[in-house]
Amino acid sequence: MRALLILVLMMGSSAFATIDAYEFNDLEKEQRFRVLIGELRCPKCQNQNISDSNAGLAKDIKDRTYRLINEGKSNREITDYMVERYGDFITYRPPMKPATWFLWFGPFVLTLLALTILLVRKLRAQPSAPVRVDAEKHKQVEDLLKKLDD
Amino acid sequence: MSRTKWLVFSLPLLAFLVMGYFFLRALDSDPSLLPSTRVDQKVPPFSLPELADPQQMLSEQNLKGPLLLNVWATWCPSCKVEHPVLNELAKNGIRIVGLNYKDVREAAIQYLEFNGNPYQQNIYDEAGDLGLDLGVYGAPETFLIDAQGVIRYRHVGVVTPDNWRELLWPKWQEMGGKGP
Repeated sequence: MRALLILVLMMGSSAFATIDAYEFNDLEKEQRFRVLIGELRCPKCQNQNISDSNAGLAKDIKDRTYRLINEGKSNREITDYMVERYGDFITYRPPMKPATWFLWFGPFVLTLLALTILLVRKLRAQPSAPVRVDAEKHKQVEDLLKKLDD
Repeated sequence: MSRTKWLVFSLPLLAFLVMGYFFLRALDSDPSLLPSTRVDQKVPPFSLPELADPQQMLSEQNLKGPLLLNVWATWCPSCKVEHPVLNELAKNGIRIVGLNYKDVREAAIQYLEFNGNPYQQNIYDEAGDLGLDLGVYGAPETFLIDAQGVIRYRHVGVVTPDNWRELLWPKWQEMGGKGP
């Protein structure tokens, strides 16, 4: 039990470690900062967000984000600011535009398509004709089953 | 086979072909190369000191080309590789301005004394501020800037004699640059 408690405490401290260097005077800004650095992708170390990355560039982007939040910029403005510099690559929330329509709507379109196909198949399916077994066959089967039981 | 059967069997094949096409294309593309958003835009405004002469402040006004803006640092091994190439270009009259990126001033000055200095001027960007505004994500990077101070091309990675000849030189000429 105690070990578990220590483990949980340790996990907590590592999760908040990246915030420590940045002090905010209000909680709302700090929360926005946390959301933003989780959604901004590091251009240098490509499969990490800037919150997880230790690269120098990730720190620069974090510093700039911190500055912009304190200047009163909204999340949207800060994301646009970064996209202006690094392109759509920098955000893990791709913008809605023709090139990304497939990304945004593809899964829904495919699900709908699959459901339609299933539905059509179901409706079109012929109910199978009832099976007729004459009395003699029926008796044979019964006998076989009885044999198996014995 | 009936028509629906054909359809059922050809669908996976079609899906395979489409996927195969994209996978095949992905073989040739380097995911670490990002397109620059700054191409065809003016150099963003900045005010940073010169590397060797800290009293002198440089701004976007100093970046009217045609010139190469080369992002470099002493901590960047690939920059050492392209340094002789830059020296050669400078000798042939290509104007190169350096952006000394997140570096230590003394180390950078020493480096240039030791390896030769192809740069007409060097912007000393200790914090990487101009780098961020330019969308720099590593060194070396080389920007082609025209006479109006508009960025015309961004090259990521080492400038080699080959890619200079085949890629950068034509673009350099296109924007009115002269040279060898």
